[in-house]
Amino acid sequence: MPDFDVIVVGAGPAGSIAALELARGGASVALIERGVYPGSKNMYGGVVYPRILDSIIPNWHEEAPIQRHVTRRQTMMMTDHQAMTVDFRTTSWGSAPYNGVTAFRSEWDRWLAQHAVDAGATLICSTTVTGLLRDANRIIGVTTDRSDGDLTADLVVACDGANSFLAREAGLYKEFDASHFTLGVKEVLHLGKDEIDRRFNVSDHDGVDIEMVGATGPIAGGGFLYTNLDSVAVGVVLKLNSLAAANTRPEDVIATLKRHPAIAPLVAGGELVEYSAHLIPEGGYDAMPTLGMSGLLVCGDAASLTLAAGIWLEGVNFAMASGAAAAQATLEAREAGRPAEAHRSYRSLLEGNFVLQDHKRLRHMPELIFSHFVQHQQAAMVCDVVEDLFTVTNPTPKPRLRRIVNDARKANGVTHRDLLRTTWRAAKMFF
Amino acid sequence: MGAPNDMNEARYDEIGFEERMATVVFDVAAEAHIVVDGDVCQGCTTKACVSVCPANLFVPLSSGGILFNYEQCFECGSCYLVCNEEGAISWRYPEGGRGVALRHG
Repeated sequence: MPDFDVIVVGAGPAGSIAALELARGGASVALIERGVYPGSKNMYGGVVYPRILDSIIPNWHEEAPIQRHVTRRQTMMMTDHQAMTVDFRTTSWGSAPYNGVTAFRSEWDRWLAQHAVDAGATLICSTTVTGLLRDANRIIGVTTDRSDGDLTADLVVACDGANSFLAREAGLYKEFDASHFTLGVKEVLHLGKDEIDRRFNVSDHDGVDIEMVGATGPIAGGGFLYTNLDSVAVGVVLKLNSLAAANTRPEDVIATLKRHPAIAPLVAGGELVEYSAHLIPEGGYDAMPTLGMSGLLVCGDAASLTLAAGIWLEGVNFAMASGAAAAQATLEAREAGRPAEAHRSYRSLLEGNFVLQDHKRLRHMPELIFSHFVQHQQAAMVCDVVEDLFTVTNPTPKPRLRRIVNDARKANGVTHRDLLRTTWRAAKMFF
Repeated sequence: MGAPNDMNEARYDEIGFEERMATVVFDVAAEAHIVVDGDVCQGCTTKACVSVCPANLFVPLSSGGILFNYEQCFECGSCYLVCNEEGAISWRYPEGGRGVALRHG
């Protein structure tokens, strides 16, 4: 007899939802977390899109540890001295069922793990899983760094994050290298609730999500600024290869961003509460591993399920949904008397919902987002067009828009071919 | 064009690296979870780990090797991923319950 029906490795959003749904389905579940508490190893930009929780924890918006509801969303195209911002706000995201919320992972992940525990899962913290136990071609458990720490199960669900040692040990990754990763670094700055409400023009628990392109100088990546209740999270996401080639330190990229004229007034005087960093698997659909094998399923960041599609930056929702699908596939496999054989139906479940459908449709997004045009030319060209459009040239008459656009295009080294190519590539995915 | 605001620059530069890292809680494990083979680093021309590591744990030596710390590590994994010399950096997760404990991640 194995020690547990299922071992879930990692009490992040994927692992805790998997453990919760498995426990509800009557399986005995061990949820193993290497941190001293769930969330202690986790860091992200700052927004969760919890729609998937409506069916799992229906009253999530009443009990979850939410900082603010995002009701205002901005996309900022920047150069070192310009910023062109698209600013959208809606009251409909400020009431149930809500859309995006800011939260700290130490609180959010602990809250989700508690749900798994309440449903009957056994949470084992401060325990690092060090490897997989095999019987021929089947995974039958894990080794841990506890003495006598081997644990056996019918199935292991690997939710062990971006570095997934388990998916790699199982041979599920064809390639696992720096080109598929970005490094996220952020500062949480305390400003006080009233000051944030004033600076960002919000009130109560309403908050702001600002995404930036052109904010990272010569390094491919992007910037972000999110409001918590009494602090803001400001940071950058940097393509690992590009950061390495630039010979620049990540905290210096944040420092430059914080000095930008569009950002400085929003963060000035903020007291640093915590600095943090984390790896993000941004390779998309084509960088994903095989999602499972006999006795093993892979979820969340471990399966490279983060969606980094420019205007859409999501991860926690993909993690939670993949955890739920892993639980469903496992329960069905147990029902069918083949408790280790959940991997095939797991993949079809993910293909049947947004997890793999969004990723498949947006599979070429990473190359578009990190292209030279999007990273280094687009924002500057847009900013130059807007600047010229509104710069009064008296006594010279106003130039025609066609001329302004053409001048901005040439000034930034953009060819007609670049424009057509990018428009075509983006249109194919978005429309 | 676009010279940064001097006043702001002065204020932000006040956050020194040690002060920055002092905001992060670490419970340091007795055993190092990063091991660097200094001999292999001798042949490395990029030393990418030095600039990429968000915790600034890797310091180049004049001898061509790398001096490293494991204590204040975010456990992100960037160092071994950018390392272009086979086997120079061995990296795993620290002992359970040890290492970084983020509160506002």
